[in-house]
Amino acid sequence: MRSKPFRAALAAGTAAVLALTGAACSSDADDGTVTLTVGLFGDFGFGPLYEEYMEAHPDIKIEERISEFADHHTNLTTHLATGSGAADIEAVEVGYISQYTASPDRFHNLLDLGADELEGQWLDWKWQQALSSDGEALIGLGTDVGGMAMCYRRDLFEAAGLPVERDEVSALWADSWADYVAVGHQYMDATDGSYFFESSGNMFRAQVEQAEQGVYDRENNIVVESNPAVGDAWDLTVEAIEAGMSNRLEAWTPEWNAGFSEGTFATIICPAWMTSYIETNAPDAAGLWDVAAVPGGAGNMGGSHLVLPAQGEHPEEAYELIEWLTAPEQQLKVFEQTGNFPSTPELYDDPALTGLTKPYFNDAPVGGIFTAAAEAVEPQYQGPLQGDVLATLGQGLGRIEDGSQSPDEAWSQVLSDLESF
Amino acid sequence: MSLATRSDTTKRPAATGGGPAPVGPWRHRLYRLDLKASPFLYIAPFFALFAAFGLFPLAFTAWVSMHDWSLLSDEHAFVGAENYTALLTDPYFWNALGNTVSILALSTVPQLLAALLLAHLLTMRLRGRTFFRMGMLLPNVASVVAVAVIFSQLFGRDFGLINWVLESLGAGRIDWQAGRASSHAAIAVMVAWKWTGYNALIYLAAMQAVPRDVYEAAHLDGASRLQQLLRITVPMIRPTIVFTVIVSTIYGLQIFAEPQLFGGAGPNGVTGGASRQFQTLTLYLYEHAFNRGFEFGYASAVAWTMFAVIVLVALLNYLFIRRIRSDS
Repeated sequence: MRSKPFRAALAAGTAAVLALTGAACSSDADDGTVTLTVGLFGDFGFGPLYEEYMEAHPDIKIEERISEFADHHTNLTTHLATGSGAADIEAVEVGYISQYTASPDRFHNLLDLGADELEGQWLDWKWQQALSSDGEALIGLGTDVGGMAMCYRRDLFEAAGLPVERDEVSALWADSWADYVAVGHQYMDATDGSYFFESSGNMFRAQVEQAEQGVYDRENNIVVESNPAVGDAWDLTVEAIEAGMSNRLEAWTPEWNAGFSEGTFATIICPAWMTSYIETNAPDAAGLWDVAAVPGGAGNMGGSHLVLPAQGEHPEEAYELIEWLTAPEQQLKVFEQTGNFPSTPELYDDPALTGLTKPYFNDAPVGGIFTAAAEAVEPQYQGPLQGDVLATLGQGLGRIEDGSQSPDEAWSQVLSDLESF
Repeated sequence: MSLATRSDTTKRPAATGGGPAPVGPWRHRLYRLDLKASPFLYIAPFFALFAAFGLFPLAFTAWVSMHDWSLLSDEHAFVGAENYTALLTDPYFWNALGNTVSILALSTVPQLLAALLLAHLLTMRLRGRTFFRMGMLLPNVASVVAVAVIFSQLFGRDFGLINWVLESLGAGRIDWQAGRASSHAAIAVMVAWKWTGYNALIYLAAMQAVPRDVYEAAHLDGASRLQQLLRITVPMIRPTIVFTVIVSTIYGLQIFAEPQLFGGAGPNGVTGGASRQFQTLTLYLYEHAFNRGFEFGYASAVAWTMFAVIVLVALLNYLFIRRIRSDS
């Protein structure tokens, strides 16, 4: 039959197409170079470092994939579960890290790849965060930490008759968050049409992050209801909401971005990474923002790790790269470029770090401020659904802000929502 | 293939030098098989693809929906109908269903009425008719995400264009995201903007098939333009209206990108606002499938329930639209 050769040709063609697509999926070129993919949320400031690394390692090619914060972690979880699609190197934010340390077998154990010799390089709590619960596996190396400070608008403080210099401002609320809210009352009385802070969720989260115990106990029970620190933070935040201090801006929305330059709010909690965000989003407001200490002592908000999903085929090469990227010298370069604060204490007495000032923030000594903040952080235990629990609480506060619920209704809905976790 | 085979059998006798064709029983059977089987073979690729990418996922989703199936764990316990009972007793599910139906009604009804009117206008003799007709389709070509992002900015609370207009007209600002009705209206506007022109073009095509002499007769009898639309056009294009209603219903019940982007990048994008005031069914599914826990079992139950809801609503709409003729 004449159809036979036709069929054979069809089969051969199909096979060829399949083979071609198969070849296209494989990341390695024939010339022996290894391509490493790096999956990040937002810009980590690694660009110049890749160039430097590739120059020193001609057999390595680095490709960066950047996605949105929430999408990034959702996709990573999906890729881990289905066993394909993850990059060789993935960034994980601290709110999600405990979710991943619960299943360490989905990652390359960095202790086997050489990290066991580096333990002292990072802040102890940063190291601990990426350890599995039995301490046998380390899934990630720390990049930055989010030691907290308080950014404030000098012009708005002046208009409200409050002190303007950063030391005096820090002194205003040096003792507690209650002092911060008291300053808020003064501010609201003295001004019209502007707000004291951008969103109550952030203020609430900062207080919880500072507490000895957060929303989880060490047995991974959610302790929102029984932990007095959470209840106190909630009550104080409600007081601030009821006084109209919140601008009710949800983070990462266009309105929120506009708020930085329009000056609709006077203060915002500033982990180190936030300073570069303000700078890029409100270039016109240079000199108007300044950085003071955060109320209630130190605390950590945010910060990331670089992890190696077990599906990656080049663990040695990938490990070598992340070890280099998270080494103190490179962390310092990232800090100088983006403001993401290093997690390696070795740098904390390096004048290159402690002496750094930012012209945008009225020459505030951000290096010194964030060093003090990072050194004072008392590590807090983070549970597997840390980020989701905090989001649920934040939404409860949101319902009070938009007037759809009373504080009591919001609180009881938060508790019933948490029961389904 | 069959063409080749057939020409084979017809050519062979000529080559062997005339006379009745010596068709053996084997060859004969093969020929009959070819006639019978080939058509099925031709349509097989579609069904093979449909089975792989349509039917199998559907059936597998049903299977998953009867398990406690988290993407993060390797054990999947069979739980029977438990996911469905949990779903039907979850007030957030009913909330999402209510929101979906409300957004559907707010978007589809004005959208189809506007499309009908626009199509009617476009049948008239206008200068630059082709321009207008093509322009109708432009919003539909734009990506859903782009539309949602731009409209979310227009509906912005502090710096949105719509609030600016409202304020300069003396009306107050509206926090579009915060309220249930206002958020539904904003999302409905996005949907309507994208689909009105598309439906108008479909109506226009159907209207052009309506015989002219019917309108001429009506015109002679003194019927106005509006009467012609209501009494002649609408009944005559009824099958097309049924089609657009069903398609819009199916689309409207699965609306996802608009509320998700309208809610912003934070948790409000997943729950449709802090009070779940604009969480649709698909967002509810997304919350359970791709958020904490990655509960694929539960999310699959949501998917099947959504399927049932869509069939039910489409059927109701169909029965309702069928009454058009008897009413007029």
